[in-house]
Amino acid sequence: MTQIDEHNVVRLSQVTKMFKMGETLVEALKGVSLAIKRGEYISIMGPSGSGKSTLFNMIGALDKPTSGKVFIDEVDVAQLDAYELAWLRCRKIGYIFQTFNLIQVMTAIENVTLPMIFAGMSQDEYQQKGMELLKLVGLAERYQHRPSELSGGQQQRVAVARALANDPAIILADEPTGNLDLTTGEEIINLLKQLSMERSVTIISATHDIKMLNVSDRVIWIRDGMVDRIEDRANLKISIGQVA
Amino acid sequence: MQQVIQKQVVLPWRQVGRIAFQSIRVRLSRSLITTATLALAIAFVAYTWSGYSLLNVVWSHADSSLQEQIVTSGYERAEDGFGTTPKDRWLAILSLLVCVVGIVNAQLMAVTERFREIGTLKCLGALDTFILRIFVLEAIYQGVFGGFVGGLAGVLVATLALLAKFGFAILRWWPPGAMLITVASATLLAMFLSLLGVIYPALVAARMQPAIAMRAE
Repeated sequence: MTQIDEHNVVRLSQVTKMFKMGETLVEALKGVSLAIKRGEYISIMGPSGSGKSTLFNMIGALDKPTSGKVFIDEVDVAQLDAYELAWLRCRKIGYIFQTFNLIQVMTAIENVTLPMIFAGMSQDEYQQKGMELLKLVGLAERYQHRPSELSGGQQQRVAVARALANDPAIILADEPTGNLDLTTGEEIINLLKQLSMERSVTIISATHDIKMLNVSDRVIWIRDGMVDRIEDRANLKISIGQVA
Repeated sequence: MQQVIQKQVVLPWRQVGRIAFQSIRVRLSRSLITTATLALAIAFVAYTWSGYSLLNVVWSHADSSLQEQIVTSGYERAEDGFGTTPKDRWLAILSLLVCVVGIVNAQLMAVTERFREIGTLKCLGALDTFILRIFVLEAIYQGVFGGFVGGLAGVLVATLALLAKFGFAILRWWPPGAMLITVASATLLAMFLSLLGVIYPALVAARMQPAIAMRAE
């Protein structure tokens, strides 16, 4: 197990978010506070409409809170301008999506190297690192394939490699196994777990997948726009032991 | 200073060029339709331009019987030679206008289709300007290609039409330089129109929020 230091990679303090739906104001988040440490593997659970996606977008610096503060690497996201936000998304956070979201017109290697191009790496550097990352996810020999020529599991592997491109502190995974069958889903989960252990990357994923909970250090349950409870893995095994 | 440099997110033009080119190549049939709109309108303009300039050149070399033939077939010669009539200009402007509206429509659809791609690019750290550049460069490619093809087609049709009317005299004095200029200005015009048509859709694309990449469908 990698050493988890006391540094908070993500910290939310009294975060609320309001949306306007027609005439009415909907409060999607009603004061969420939480802290996530470096190298942790976190799952966020909650029924649809619970504010899970909203919370997820907050953590990923994809949306700004109505009130309260979001800190990523102890930087207040609300203080950042568009350039700094882009830089944050490019360097600090790796995103993995339920629908894979590879750029369809690009090959596997081009998808993986794109964030490194954004980060200003030289061609030699990014080509080499891109191949290393594809090797890491076991797709080195398919680097010239386009997403349409890869299976769902393979696409998600490329997406994992792409998320790792700039050695982010956080990987944000939105239902990463949602569109995969059981075995492939398990492979992706193991891959993420391995990464979090070996590289001490913080993994934060929104999920419904019980298999995902089994590898999580902590599970955050969201209900009705608030943190319902936070469970450590030790307690978790007991509470879902019958289900899994 | 070091910090400032480190905090930059970049997309060199060379990469923009590569991405835009791939994007067009992979979605070829779709972008060919947009390009065809442009090519047709430009072909009409190039046809009008090259038709008159061809007539002017031929006129200066023609004997009186051919000149007679040209005038009786309906071409009106002003003091300084043949030129576009108000009707010609009106038709050309209309066709270009329709063409630009068509491009805006097609590009807006393309933007809607590509919301996930745009959102993902933004999640990977793309700035608004990156998205803008990609769309603008795609439009330039389409404009240049459509304009060139349209220009060539216009010149070709104008030549064939006059050839059918007045015989080989047309080919004998066919002015390569003037025709080349026609094709070149047609290409420039097409590029301009393509850019005009993409401005609004590209702005819509650039302003999309990264969170849309998460959207389910």
